Amino acid sequence: MLVFLIKRLSNAALVMLAVSLMAFTIFRFVGDPVELMVNEQTTEAQRAELRERMGLNDPVLVQFASFVGKAVQGDFGISYRNQTDVMSLIGERFPATMELVLLATIISLVVGLPLGVITAIHRGKWFTESIQFASIIGVSLPSFVIGILLILAFSVNLGWLPAFGRGQVVDFGFWSTGLLTKSGLLALILPSVALSFYQITLVMRLVRAEMLEVLRSDFVKFARARGVPAHRLYYRHALRNCLMPVVTMTAMNIGSLIAFALVTETVFQWPGMGLLFIQAVTFVDIPVMAAYLVIVSFIFVTLNTLVDIAYALIDPRLRNATH
Amino acid sequence: MAGLKRHILGGAAALSLIAGAAGAETIRWGGSQDVTSLDPYSYGSTFTLAFLNHVYEGLVRYNGDLEIEPALAESWEILSDDTWRFKLRQGVTFHNGAEFTAEDVLASLNRVSHESSPLRGNLPSYKSAEIVDDHTIDIKLTGAYPLLLNDLTNIFIFDATWLKDNGAELPTDVTKGVEGYATFNANGTGPFVIDERVPESRTTMNVNAAWWDKPVHNISRIEFTPITSAATRVAAILSNEIDFIEGAPIQDLPRLKGSTDVQVIEGNALRTVMFGFNRREKLEDGRDNPFNDLKLRQALAHAIDLDLIQKRVMRGSSRNAGTLVAPQIPGYQAELDVPVEYNADLAKSLIKDAGAEGLKFSLSCSYESWVNEEELCSAAVSMLTRVGLQPTLDIGPRAVQSPKMSSGKSDMFIFGWANEPMLDSYSILVQALHSRDGTAGVFNWGDWNYPEWDALIQKASVELDRDTRLGYQTEVLKQARDEMLFVPLHQQPMAWATSKKVTEILQQADNKPRHWLTVMAK
Repeated sequence: MLVFLIKRLSNAALVMLAVSLMAFTIFRFVGDPVELMVNEQTTEAQRAELRERMGLNDPVLVQFASFVGKAVQGDFGISYRNQTDVMSLIGERFPATMELVLLATIISLVVGLPLGVITAIHRGKWFTESIQFASIIGVSLPSFVIGILLILAFSVNLGWLPAFGRGQVVDFGFWSTGLLTKSGLLALILPSVALSFYQITLVMRLVRAEMLEVLRSDFVKFARARGVPAHRLYYRHALRNCLMPVVTMTAMNIGSLIAFALVTETVFQWPGMGLLFIQAVTFVDIPVMAAYLVIVSFIFVTLNTLVDIAYALIDPRLRNATH
Repeated sequence: MAGLKRHILGGAAALSLIAGAAGAETIRWGGSQDVTSLDPYSYGSTFTLAFLNHVYEGLVRYNGDLEIEPALAESWEILSDDTWRFKLRQGVTFHNGAEFTAEDVLASLNRVSHESSPLRGNLPSYKSAEIVDDHTIDIKLTGAYPLLLNDLTNIFIFDATWLKDNGAELPTDVTKGVEGYATFNANGTGPFVIDERVPESRTTMNVNAAWWDKPVHNISRIEFTPITSAATRVAAILSNEIDFIEGAPIQDLPRLKGSTDVQVIEGNALRTVMFGFNRREKLEDGRDNPFNDLKLRQALAHAIDLDLIQKRVMRGSSRNAGTLVAPQIPGYQAELDVPVEYNADLAKSLIKDAGAEGLKFSLSCSYESWVNEEELCSAAVSMLTRVGLQPTLDIGPRAVQSPKMSSGKSDMFIFGWANEPMLDSYSILVQALHSRDGTAGVFNWGDWNYPEWDALIQKASVELDRDTRLGYQTEVLKQARDEMLFVPLHQQPMAWATSKKVTEILQQADNKPRHWLTVMAK
């Protein structure tokens, strides 16, 4: 088990190194931060000097090495634009993104699971077909369009929910939460619904497929023969047997939801990591971009590693296979 | 992170704050971008400076008519060509209660002109300063320089002791990787006091009851929230969640005007948008540069239908331009401001004379620098194609395009100049029309060289008599038009929108909100 863990962790470290190296290669093409940092009256000589001091003239590998050297000590530098410590910039925004992503995940499960079961049981009926059809729209509509439509309906026309921001937040140490105030909760609704659309469809389709499989299995037939009530049979016995892949997929997808959140956050001016990253790209804020990419790849790698470890714990064959 | 942390509020307190926040004299401002920092000497952002002007002030300021008037300085005199004496206002206090003295001016000037300050270009002529007494200071310049006051409108004054106590005497140096105190904290003399700042989500200010000037406004609190997505910003003002936006997208103006709860304020900004040309001997790909032929430049000017651009691309909101500066800019002359006539046939025959039929070249633009820039450049490309040229559109983010344009990698490029913060045509002359030479010609992207213009600009730079100086400047603008150095397009539209609660608001051509002049309904 220890060997397995060490192997997994060193793999994870390698992946993160590779991601940041790729990021640094790309940074050469995002443009020149100095053009945006200085004002119009700055002379060419002053610009060149600033570029030199910022190390932008160094070869990519030298820049990369100095970044890694500092990053392993937890120092990601300060933002070119905000002049703020990058780690605290990201740390402040992390709770906002996580709350959004977690709520979107919960919504997708609460809505997606029953829908999946219903569409599986009532296969071929008109209402399940319409749900199926609507779910295609859910997958194919870009999330910024969904966001704008929600804002139009619920903020502009009905005036029920705020169109932007996070409302009033309460601090607990480093974690700021919007879950404890009314305005915070109201502000959370639209963005998390917008973010969960795609995920709802995914959960629903997965549950439907699994359900159809399970409903054909022998134990369901026996249960039916024994006279187990339909409701109990579907939601208790059959659904339970579908949940393993759903749980795995949900856990893995938290990573991609964080990535998706980037668009949702831009539309709703949600002060999370995605919004920060978009701003950083616009202003060629290299320290922020680099740290964001490393942290997101860290989250991905961690989730994957945890899933792998969980599998290994559950299934001893996998553990042996890696020896 | 040091400094401003968000307030920790219990449930009940938080709710009452939200209820109270919508009071009549609170203006809720939805910004098109966030303020980069609370430190005015940190990043080349005009927007940030305009915002921070609510908190910090300079020795002089622009009044409602964009004329310079005393602010923290009461009066000034020119002692000799390179020395100016400023008498400072007495009885002014900073937000922390400290008295404003000459020490503060000296510390601020040293801070902005320090070599690690990204904004030292805002005070190009500064050499040193000398305190005469508590409320008198002499500023020494590198030579005679007529535009010192214009520059000083943008140099905000810090409290020297506060800077010293918090180790912020020098500007924050991003290359050192250490945060600065002034990034999160502010202590100015202005009409509003920073209450809290949460980057990207909220910056609030309360009125400064001890402000030295008699307030015109009746605002007790400003709540600023950046809403970078234009559609969301429009939705937020339509749903009455905010009272003011300074970036109303022009395609949404009909909709905003149609709402009974929203008022739209429109105007033409100072910024003139134009097309410029590479003027080096060779183009980037090694061909002889055809743009050095005046006939071709004139042909391009005649080929662009300004009225059509004004009507379609800018939705009727821009103002067609014939010269390089807006009417509000000193040095402007109405006779020069006649837009080049659209005449495709003339353009074709000029192209034929220049032997440039079917010329292939690139037009470089960016996505986000100017209003509707992408549509504008696409329109220009199809107009130029129609007269028998073969332009291609080269478009990308500003951070990628600017270095390309300035280094001669683009054949024809879009260019915009507002003459800010100087608000004088000397700005575009010395920065863009002058040949590349030391501090001059930084924005001479095409690398053109007109020695007689250089001489006139040089004369203007040391001429302290305003009329004589503007005479020189107008002469250069006239010759630039004859030479068709740039093809002027228009002054950009600017549009703000407010809720009905705002009864008086001043929109100046410099597009800077000045809420110390805003009045709200009780």
